[in-house]
Amino acid sequence: MEKIGKAEVLHVAQLARLEFTEEEVEAFTHQLNKILQYVDQLKELDTQDVKPTFHALAQTNVMREDEVRSSLTQEEALANAPDRDDRGFFRVPKIIQG
Amino acid sequence: MEYEAVIGLEVHVQLKTNSKVFCSCSTEFGAPPNTHTCPVCQGMPGVLPVLNRRVAEYAIKAALALNCQINPLSVFARKNYFYPDLPKGYQISQYELPLAEHGYLEIETPQGKRRIGITRVHMEEDAGKNVHGEFGDPHSYVDLNRTGVPLIEIVSEPDIRTPEEARLYLQKLRTIMRYIEVSDADMEKGELRCDANISIRPKGETRLGVKTELKNMNSFRHVQKALEYEIKRQQKVLEEGGIIVQETLLWNPQLGATETMRSKEEAHDYRYFPEPDLVPLEVSQEWLEEVAASLPELPDEKKARFIEEYGLSAYDAEVLTSAREMADFYEAAVKAHPDNPKALANWVMVELLGRLHAENKSLLEAPVTPQQIAQLVALVDKGTISGKMAKEVLAKTYQTGKDPQQIVEEEGLVQLSDESELEAIVEKVLEDNPKEVEKYLAGKTKIVGFFVGQIMKATKGKANPQVVNKILIKKLQEKGEQQ
Repeated sequence: MEKIGKAEVLHVAQLARLEFTEEEVEAFTHQLNKILQYVDQLKELDTQDVKPTFHALAQTNVMREDEVRSSLTQEEALANAPDRDDRGFFRVPKIIQG
Repeated sequence: MEYEAVIGLEVHVQLKTNSKVFCSCSTEFGAPPNTHTCPVCQGMPGVLPVLNRRVAEYAIKAALALNCQINPLSVFARKNYFYPDLPKGYQISQYELPLAEHGYLEIETPQGKRRIGITRVHMEEDAGKNVHGEFGDPHSYVDLNRTGVPLIEIVSEPDIRTPEEARLYLQKLRTIMRYIEVSDADMEKGELRCDANISIRPKGETRLGVKTELKNMNSFRHVQKALEYEIKRQQKVLEEGGIIVQETLLWNPQLGATETMRSKEEAHDYRYFPEPDLVPLEVSQEWLEEVAASLPELPDEKKARFIEEYGLSAYDAEVLTSAREMADFYEAAVKAHPDNPKALANWVMVELLGRLHAENKSLLEAPVTPQQIAQLVALVDKGTISGKMAKEVLAKTYQTGKDPQQIVEEEGLVQLSDESELEAIVEKVLEDNPKEVEKYLAGKTKIVGFFVGQIMKATKGKANPQVVNKILIKKLQEKGEQQ
């Protein structure tokens, strides 16, 4: 049974700002369904007494002290920007209409 | 029909750390644009965030102060959305397993104490700052200095019923954050930000109405006003037979109205998933106890103690504990003059704060020390100066910084308490005003105030009011008996 339809793929693509051809949409719909089928298969296992895994590493509490270190300069920070202004801001298309 | 509002608040509090939550860039406010960024907070490929230990500590501290249960294991998650101030395309936050849950805080309303539930407290990173171009400029401008500054989000239960309660809740939250010194929580500076979910329903109804989300309220007053406006707006819609649309509204302080948010996309479809770049946070019992031990006495505890220990009214204790520096100031004064805590409370709250408010100053800027207030009250208690004189002395201390004792000595401001001396003055005042004496004897006892005024005038305000009263009543009684 197909769990995911084309509409859902297009919705997720829209959220991720991705544009697909008709063929790609077909292909991803198919692939995503196969992934979900595999997950369904995994679900057959009894995991009643198994703690959920949130991370691949069995490690916790990797932390640093609250110390300031030097940052990029303004010029370095803006070096890859498609557009900027003289004050040192990134310049982007207007966010709010009006 | 009578409606009631159901309000829940989502509050973001900026934590007062030196460096950002996941990288070592400075959190300093007001630096030139894009001078506090690095590959991590700029979201460059291949970088790894590392949690700032102090952020975890402050967040635990805040959660404990809000009576929350700390989850022994909590997990970071990615909240995915696109916006120019979010370079990674996701915000690192917490979702399924937040740091803490099931807390509450108590507010004192005119109708009595109310407990507001706190659903959760979690850690997350701030986004950058957008500056919008002037009219006609087709651009916005982005500064990423704030990107990655640590925040905690505090989500309340929908327990709030009035805009006033919402304001009290926020003020209490600010007080607590300042007491525990994890944030200055200044709304004007964006260190405390508040969004509200609000719906209304007919009074007595238990089901919830359709809610709207209110944003952009950047002062306590605006929060209250925006909620008041939104309640009226929703009521009008319902009364006219309309339906409430679930939407995000922006408060426009200039118009004094809420407006539909006109951003192009506002999908609440964040596709959260566990952040693979950060390992879970485990809070051991030992760590928890260590942080708990670092908590100072909190406002509610302090208030209860002030009532109990100093015999203050609930109102006075509430005011004096509403800021830690005020409570400390008051207690330092009590320590210097332990005999009269009630009078000290009045002098601090009415005289000193009144002067400071008039000049828009905080207690930290007070030119008067707690010891000077204590000395002043001690001089009144000993009968050296009257309360009225003390006000003038305080004004002088306030201006010059001189001790009250010194001012009293320099200006010869000693209260006249000598009975024989006062008796002569009282006698003269009564002789000079025979009509008023008659009125008094005819039953108009309120006229006593007139005599006291005349006596004060004759002594240039130096007469001891208690002694004057005693003599005056005695003399008037004698006159009555003579008749």
